[in-house]
Amino acid sequence: MFAELSSILNASPDSFTQGEFILVSDRQSDASFLIHHFLSFYLRARCRVWFLGLVQSFNHYSAVSQRLGVSLAQAKEKGQLVFLEGLKESLSVLIPQDTNTGSKAMDFLRDPAVGLKSLYEFVRSGVSSSGSRAEGAEEWGPPVLLVDDLSVLLSLGVSVGAVLDFSHYCRATVCSELQGNVVMLARCDGEEEEGDGDDEGSETLLKGLTHQCSLTLHVQGLPTGFCRDIHGQVEVCWRRRQGDGQSTQKKLFQYKVHDKGASFFAPGTSSAVL
Amino acid sequence: MAAPMSGVGEASAERSSFNATSFQKKTRSRLISIPGTRPSVQNGQLLVSTGVTSLDYLLGGGLAVGTVLLIEEDRYDSYSRMILKYFLAEGVVCRHELFVAAAQDNPDDILQELPAPILDDVAIHKPVEQPRLSCEPQDSMDAMKIAWRYQNLPKVQSALASSSRFGHYYDVSKTMEPEIRQAAKCHRFYLPEHPTQSSPTHSTMLESYSALLKSLQDVIHREGFDVAAPMTKSRNILRIGLHSLGSALWGDDLCCHDNPNNVHALTSFLYGLRALLRSSLSVAVVTVPSHLIQDRALMGSITRLCDNAIALESFKGSERETNPLYKDYHGLLHVRQVPHLNCLASKLPDHKDLAFKLKRKQFSIERLHLPPDLSETVSRVSRGELAGAATMASGCSFGTSGNKHLDF
Repeated sequence: MFAELSSILNASPDSFTQGEFILVSDRQSDASFLIHHFLSFYLRARCRVWFLGLVQSFNHYSAVSQRLGVSLAQAKEKGQLVFLEGLKESLSVLIPQDTNTGSKAMDFLRDPAVGLKSLYEFVRSGVSSSGSRAEGAEEWGPPVLLVDDLSVLLSLGVSVGAVLDFSHYCRATVCSELQGNVVMLARCDGEEEEGDGDDEGSETLLKGLTHQCSLTLHVQGLPTGFCRDIHGQVEVCWRRRQGDGQSTQKKLFQYKVHDKGASFFAPGTSSAVL
Repeated sequence: MAAPMSGVGEASAERSSFNATSFQKKTRSRLISIPGTRPSVQNGQLLVSTGVTSLDYLLGGGLAVGTVLLIEEDRYDSYSRMILKYFLAEGVVCRHELFVAAAQDNPDDILQELPAPILDDVAIHKPVEQPRLSCEPQDSMDAMKIAWRYQNLPKVQSALASSSRFGHYYDVSKTMEPEIRQAAKCHRFYLPEHPTQSSPTHSTMLESYSALLKSLQDVIHREGFDVAAPMTKSRNILRIGLHSLGSALWGDDLCCHDNPNNVHALTSFLYGLRALLRSSLSVAVVTVPSHLIQDRALMGSITRLCDNAIALESFKGSERETNPLYKDYHGLLHVRQVPHLNCLASKLPDHKDLAFKLKRKQFSIERLHLPPDLSETVSRVSRGELAGAATMASGCSFGTSGNKHLDF
């Protein structure tokens, strides 16, 4: 959990807005450090967390969270964290074996045209069953779904429409029905405002998700080029529905990722240049 | 990554069950010690050398076990192939196991071209050996030593003994002796020799790729590179070299069409490869002919599915080859991606202007420097010559006026 980011977002583990759909995106940069922030944030907030780790192994998230002061192994043991390790599950599908042991969640790999229904079923069955827990078990807050990351699904052959359907269904179930939060990461490589729309997949996905979400954190490299002391800039954009219309509020920060956290500052106020 | 950390992670999980603190003392002894590896100074991951010392430095000390290094090939695949050979040669010298897959050349051919290691300890020991025999009795009883630090080092090292040092130097002008090469255990995957059975279950993966993935998994299971496998025998590292993935010879049409049919074949394969590597003690180098792939977005998603990514841009055949600015180098090297593995902050390179050159015996990566302009007169003369040469080349007509050099 990065304290500075929490104060920017005006949230703390004790009080945060419920029912939010947060999109973390990047362009020619890496926004995955923000996923670690949200993971540790919601674990500290005593939410029940469903984590779809599609691009890294559990060990990776666990090692990073350890540095941020949260133990994933413990959270998993307590039942606070449900972790789907996409890499591990995918192997049994990608390399056909006689005995099919993998869970159904990664079934889309077998035939991407089917869509992400199986993955959504995994989320829905878990999230909705959390209400009926056994007596004496620990009380957890609202459910939270984290996805790292959605754009890898495109690389695996799933269509943009299917991914957008998935995110919409998740939003409907988790945000609206159960008043929980959803955080999704989408990565994009193309240049902004490309004339011919070469990168149709991830660009369309990013636009669609931006339309659905209520808060975006968009990470970019510095427009002036590579710098050792400033790793990039993040644009935070709130979209609030207030009475008659929508109001959007934007703020721009520069950031630097450290070993055990990240610092955020107004553009031009890095400690390296002041 | 997964390799050393998972061991640590399990241990810490075990411990934390009765000790509710996440704090644990940093100890090196917990890590598995395998010849030719070392823990990273930044995050304690197990690293192996790529064989090119300057590349190791660039990648933050070496390649982390469990990761993939993507090399975007240069136009004629000469330098990327060289890095691949360095990587395999380092594996042979460290007695790691190798897995070589190719569709174009037979893996045996690639293995035969490995550069010869410069084992300086061997080279020094051999001539010294003779005189030492004569003075041995005196040496043994003489307690006074000049270089007491070297006391515990092995006196004689045969050429075949595996070296546990991290990173070696190689002489690219010579090839490795066959006896050294054959001492290493090597698994080969040559696509034309491999019967591909059609598997109707996959719509995204090509048969060639799924056969390769299957054969990789077989090797990893059979030879016990799984992290989960019981620690019966001493662990070793599997070095995987995959040559020219995505080229037409793999049955892929990424390079041939603007809108290929199998857009997701290579990315699905890389996803599976990552899944395999993360759970085993292995490390892979993949070369991809990226200059043939038109779709930059596709190249971006390929890069993201690897951990490290570098691109080579050779001057061969381009006009930069004759440009005096670049006369010291053979090409440029771009770092596309640095790994974020088990750590939040990745080690960014100090600077991004990098170039490589192939010296007579050694391939090295350096910071790109423009040649020093030592004195005004020297540069003026050379510039004048260049201008003269340019006009000579461009216009052969005698009517060019205003050029003093050609004015008789």
